Parts: sequence; structure tokens; C-alpha cells
Amino acid sequence: MIGWIADSLDSRLHLAKFFKRAMNHVFPDHWSFMLGEIALYSFVILVITGIYLALFFNASSAQVIYHGSYRALDGMKMSAAYRSGLHLSFDVPAGLLIRQMHHWAADIFLAAIVAHVARIFFTAAYRRPREINWVIGLTLLLLALANGFFGYSLLDDLLSGAGLRIGYAILLSTPVIGPWMAFKVFGGTVPVSATIPHMYDMHIFVIPILITVLLAAHLAIIWRQLHTNYPGPRRTEKTIVGSRLWPSYTAKSLGLFFLVFALVAMLGGLVQIDPIWIYGPDNPVAIAPGAQPDWYLGWVEGAMRLFPGVNLRLGHWLVPEVFFPALLFPALVFIALYAWPWVEKAFSFDDKPHNVLRLPYQQPFITSLGCGFFVFLLVLLFAGGDDVVAVATGSSVVLIRTILRILVFVAPAVTFALVYLLCRRMQRRRMTSTALVAPEDVDSNKAVVTRTE
Amino acid sequence: MKQDDKSSGGLSEQRAGAVSASSSAPTQPAKGSSEKQQVRTAAVLLVSAAMGWVALKSIGKDFLKSLLERSTTVPVDEVSELSHEETRSEDRNTVPKDREEDRKEVRDEDREKEVDLARRERWGTLFVSFAFAVSIAAGFGFLFIYWSGGNNLLLGGMLALCLAGIGSALVLWAHWLTRHKQATEKREELASPPAERKAFVREYEAGVRDVHRRGLLKWFGVAAAGMLASMVISLIRSLSSAPGDALYTTVWKRGQRLMTEDGKPITVQSLQPESTITVFPENSIGSEKSQTVLIRVREDLLQLPKDRVNWAPKGYLAFSRVCTHAGCPVGLYQSENHLLLCPCHQSTFNVLQAAVPTGGPATRSLPQLPLYVDSDGTLRASGGFSEPPGPGFWGMP
Repeated sequence: MIGWIADSLDSRLHLAKFFKRAMNHVFPDHWSFMLGEIALYSFVILVITGIYLALFFNASSAQVIYHGSYRALDGMKMSAAYRSGLHLSFDVPAGLLIRQMHHWAADIFLAAIVAHVARIFFTAAYRRPREINWVIGLTLLLLALANGFFGYSLLDDLLSGAGLRIGYAILLSTPVIGPWMAFKVFGGTVPVSATIPHMYDMHIFVIPILITVLLAAHLAIIWRQLHTNYPGPRRTEKTIVGSRLWPSYTAKSLGLFFLVFALVAMLGGLVQIDPIWIYGPDNPVAIAPGAQPDWYLGWVEGAMRLFPGVNLRLGHWLVPEVFFPALLFPALVFIALYAWPWVEKAFSFDDKPHNVLRLPYQQPFITSLGCGFFVFLLVLLFAGGDDVVAVATGSSVVLIRTILRILVFVAPAVTFALVYLLCRRMQRRRMTSTALVAPEDVDSNKAVVTRTE
Repeated sequence: MKQDDKSSGGLSEQRAGAVSASSSAPTQPAKGSSEKQQVRTAAVLLVSAAMGWVALKSIGKDFLKSLLERSTTVPVDEVSELSHEETRSEDRNTVPKDREEDRKEVRDEDREKEVDLARRERWGTLFVSFAFAVSIAAGFGFLFIYWSGGNNLLLGGMLALCLAGIGSALVLWAHWLTRHKQATEKREELASPPAERKAFVREYEAGVRDVHRRGLLKWFGVAAAGMLASMVISLIRSLSSAPGDALYTTVWKRGQRLMTEDGKPITVQSLQPESTITVFPENSIGSEKSQTVLIRVREDLLQLPKDRVNWAPKGYLAFSRVCTHAGCPVGLYQSENHLLLCPCHQSTFNVLQAAVPTGGPATRSLPQLPLYVDSDGTLRASGGFSEPPGPGFWGMP
């Protein structure tokens, strides 16, 4: 049967040569190469679950009265979108499971991308020839962040309503064209009847299509350039060591897909996420204290809270308070990330192609810089929930905020120093134990090869 | 309508129970499942059993054989002590000629110690088949639960088990049943050889010269493409009304009565000092942008600027309820400090001093709504907000 299909396809498409080569493609075995795969597979899961959810979601802000099976909200006025979310959660068999799986998959998608970017950064895999994929990957991260925000806001519950207003205010604070942009994206001053259809279109068409296209390019480039390798025996700039695509890598990677899917299903079934019926429908009069965005936007929220109120006018123009922490700051973070491969080049004077990775300890400055940056983001993420912390510890928000304003600079600096010392120490140890010359100066993989021979 | 509940009462009750279960712990299935459901459950069981029997019968023979017999399909190799150069030459001798080319590109290294290959095969078959069996069983479980009401908690568990079974079977297969070898592939040079580049440039430039010879046509083409693009881009205009006045104005006008959310007008007797209520203009109750917080304070406490001393009759103060920082509703009032607090970023505004920001990230006062009391004692707006309400933007006055 398979033979017959293969025959008939090959006789029309000349596939044998390509597939023979493809099957012999070599993929490295190190676990850290799975992070990107996890991101890829959670995107597949997002698409699968999302298609199912779209069959039930009603992207309309028309006001309706609820009479579904969740009695606590019976007779309440709400948008049709929120009602369809309740209907899906309570009246569609397995509906809640799929909805929670979708939300968990989104969280795993973003976590995997962040971990993947970190892996690339700490092993210097962004060097020539892989700068294009670094840029595409960061764009994918931005798109994923935006789509997470839209998906979260679509359900039109009280909690996401606050997030939606803040998102609108941030876009509104864009220099000069802010009002125009915010109106085009959200359909007017939120919430208006066009807001949910606009976000729905972005969430299910525009951004997923962009992600799919960029993902395809990302993978095609990897296919062309081959993966990097950690330093080790026989791993040189001109070779790659690992498993062949067929059969062992196919089996392993496909297995990983099912395992990620299983994790998502387990979380979706067993661990509650985004219980919209507890928050209630969005309502301009009601308030949601203690509201936090999803974790991947928490660092922006934290920056908004820690950044001091600056009342600034540039001649005719008012600079809104949210501009600095919520628009300029994230923009600078991403500009720095985008520019990083070229910044590194400018300082290392090294624009040669690199296929063997640097281990984190072999680049003490870059590693400690990255760790410091991560701690910086973590403090901001923590600051995004400072009111919750204040309530939990019984102290005032003002006090917590003051402490965090100090910590946001001190903690990264301390991290930087500690990691730097640790890397140096590891370098010295390796030097003495293997009697190699300073790893920075010598192509590390060469050194390893000489040792094995 | 999608939300119309067409299912029977008992069924939806059970589903509601099932859903609430996923947040805490599994609950008992709801009592009183209908007869129809029992029939359906029985049918599903029957079909499941039949499918299971067929499945077992078809795989059972091979499965049992693999467990009982010592596999002899893979020869037991000696431990390879060869250096990898020798391995390669040995490979080259044994592989058919058409694969030779590939072997140059991609070489197997690290020939494993394959003495225990047969044992590995036996155990591997056991593990993989066990994982698949778990997966199949969980699949039946999922179908059964789904057709008999659908508890999300159990469905999630079964789906996870089913997927985990397949996933681990594949991974176990890769680890136990493939000849797990490390392969080395040569990387090809990514930059094209100079000759190829030159050939490309030559052909491309030949084409460009062709275009250049028809200079006018080229510019016509560019103009047409530009027009097409601007046509498409201009459609963005339809996505919303222009921001225009919408950001500067609200519905509040002189003479409008203040109404509660339920549509009751506010009079001077409506509030006691130090209490607060949300009000709307009389003709747009529930409007997001016009929502206003009305607070009554003791008149002697007021510290309003001189030009606003008449704006708060009988101690009634009205401010825009949309935070000037990020647009959240400023919904909390601390009467002992006379502070309005925004729950989103904890900005505070002192209402006695016309809602100036006293803490948090906001730097602009909440816009104030001037009030007056008419002859019946009803509160009315004596104009619009003092500034445009809502979060800031660059063109804001």
C-alpha cells in the first residue's frame, strides 16, 4: 500500500532523491534543542484546539441576558461573546477541556519560546549564519505576545476588560499617531461594538497566518543551515553530529509532540485556568482589584507600576505617563534583542560563521549580562503583582514599591557580578583540569578533538 | 441562538456538575440519567468491546510471539573495537553502491555495543506495546466518558493518558528498537561559489538592461503598483471612525441630570456625606466614557481652586471615573483620606483638591464635572468635564 502510494507520487513528482537526502539529515540530540520543538508543537496544538473553539465562540459585543446552566449568573446582562464562553464552558461536552487546553497551550507556547531564545542567547547560536533566524524568532515572540493578549481579551470578562483598557491606553500613547492606531486596532474608544470583531480577526487570522509563514521560514532556514552543535568529539565547524531524521529522530520528535499534547491535555483537564464565570462579565461600572495580566505581559505591567509618574509636555505635545514604561521600554528591550547579534559582532570583531556553540561559562560577560537581564524582568514581573504582595504581607503598596524600585537595579547588578565570578571560576577549573589554553582564545571544539585523539 | 439549551434538564445539570468538578475535585455523576442515556452507554460499551476484540485479534498474534520468543532477527554483533576510519571503510564495503555517495555525506559513528541487542529488542517490544495498550485503553475510556455525559476532569485525564501513551511509545521505540547510532553529516558551504554568483549576476543584469531600455514603461509599472498598494492601504480608513472629537468630548452637557445605573435621578438628598455612587448622563446610562463618580463630602473640607468653588454644591463632587493613567475605572473611595484609588496601578487622587494625583503613576487630575442644583433639588451638570476624560495621548490639550 505504502509502496503503491510512493510509486505513484514519485512517478509524478520525482521525490526519491529529495526524500533520501532528507532521511539522512542529522539532528543533534541535546535536550536543549527540544525547546524550539516544544514551541512548534504547542503552536500546532493551539491551532487544533483553536479551530474547535472558533465553532462555538460568538465574536459579538451585543448585550444579551444569560439563561444558561450556570445558575449563579442567571438573568445577568452580558455580551454575546462572554455568553458563548460560558456556554462553551458549561453546556458543550468537553468544551471546557478544550478551552483550558487552548489557554495552557498558549502559556506553554510562550514559555517555550522564551526558554528557546534564552538557550540561543546563552550559547551564542545567533552568530553568523543564523542572524536571520534570530530576527524571525524574536518576531515570532512578539506575535505570540500580541496573540496571547487578544485571545485573553476576547472572552470579555471583567478581568480581561481591565487588561483591554490598559492595552488601549498603551497603544493610544504612541507618539502622534497613537489615537489613529488605537482606533484602527480596537475600532474606537474601548469597548465599542467593533472591538471584539477586530480582536477576533487579529487573533484567528492575521497573527496566526503571520506566525505560520514566519515559522515556515524559520524551519526552512534551519533545514538549509543545519542545527548548531555543542562542542564535543567530531563536532567541528564543518560537521554535525546527532541522529538521522529517519527513523530515530522522527520517532523521538513525533513522540515529543504527543507528550507535549498529553501535558496540555492533563493541565487542561486537571488544572483550572481563566475561570471567566468567577470574574463575571465585563462592566464599566464594576472593578476588578488585584488584576494581573498573564505572566508573559507581567513585566510590562510591573514597569508601569514601578516607573515614577512623569508629567511631561514637549511643546504642544503631551507625553502620556504610560508611554515611557509600557511603550518605549518594551520597544527598547526588543530593539536591543534584535540588534544583539550585530552588537556582539561589533565588540568581538568576529563575523565568521559559527556552527559550534559557545558554552555559557566560555562567555562570562554575555552570560552574566543575560542573567542580569532575566533577573531584571523577573523583578518587574514580581512588581506587576505588588498590590497582591502588599495584601498578602500586610504592608503598604508604597513600601513594597519602594523596595522593588531599589531591587530592580540592585538584583540584576548582583546577579551580573555573581554569574561573572562563577563563569570565571569554571573557566579556571576547566583550564587546570584539562590543561588547555584559555577557552576564549582557542576554538573550543578543536581543543576537545585534540583531547580525544 | 447558540445558547438555547436544547438538551434535557437532567443532562445539562450533569454537565454543570462535571464542569464545576474540574475546578476542585471529581463529583459523583448526577443522579437520574435518562433511559436514553443508558441505552447509549450500553451501545458504546458494546461497540468498544467489539473494536477492542478486533484490535486484539489483529495484533495479538505478533504481540504474543514477540513476548514469548527470543528474537533472532537482528544478528548479535561483536563489540566494535574499530576506529571510526575503519568503521567507515567497512561500511563502504557492505553498503550497496547507490548509497555510497550518501555515506560520504552522512556517516554513522559510535557503533554501539550491540551484544545485548536481542534482549533490548524483547524488552523494547514489551515497553512499546504496553505504552500503546495504555493509549488504546485510555482512548476507549475517553469515548465512553464523552458519550455518557462528559466530565471534563476525566476527559482531560483520558486524553492525556492516550496521548502520553502514543508519545512514550514513539520515544521508547526510538530508544530501544532503532539501531541508535550517532551520525555525522558534512555541512555544505552556505555561500555560493564565485562562479555561480557571477553566472547569476550576469543573467540578472541582462534582464535589467532589457527593462532599462524601456524606461518610461518601467515607471508606468511602478506607478501602477504604487496605486494598487495605496488603494489597498486606504481601506484601513473604514476600520473605525476617525479619532477626531471622540477623544475630547463626552455626552455631558449643561443641564443634563445625573442618573444612577438603574436610571434614577440624583437629588441633593441622595447621598450622605462621605458616600459615593457612580452616575451617568441622563441620555446615555452605562456609557463607558461618560461614567462619573459622584462623592459627597462635608462642604467645609473642600479645597477646590478658586475658579471651581461653585462646582460642588452641597459638597457634591463629580469626577470622570476613567483613570487618566491607563483608562481603568477609578472605583475605590477611601473616605477617611478622601482618596479615590484606581485598582489597576494604585494611583490615588485627592477629591478635596479637585482630584489631584497624590500617589501612583498618574500625573494628571481626574477631569471634574461642574454641578448645580435646580429648583426641584435635582443635581445637574453645568457643563462638560474640565478636561478630556480618559488616558493621555500626544495631542491632548
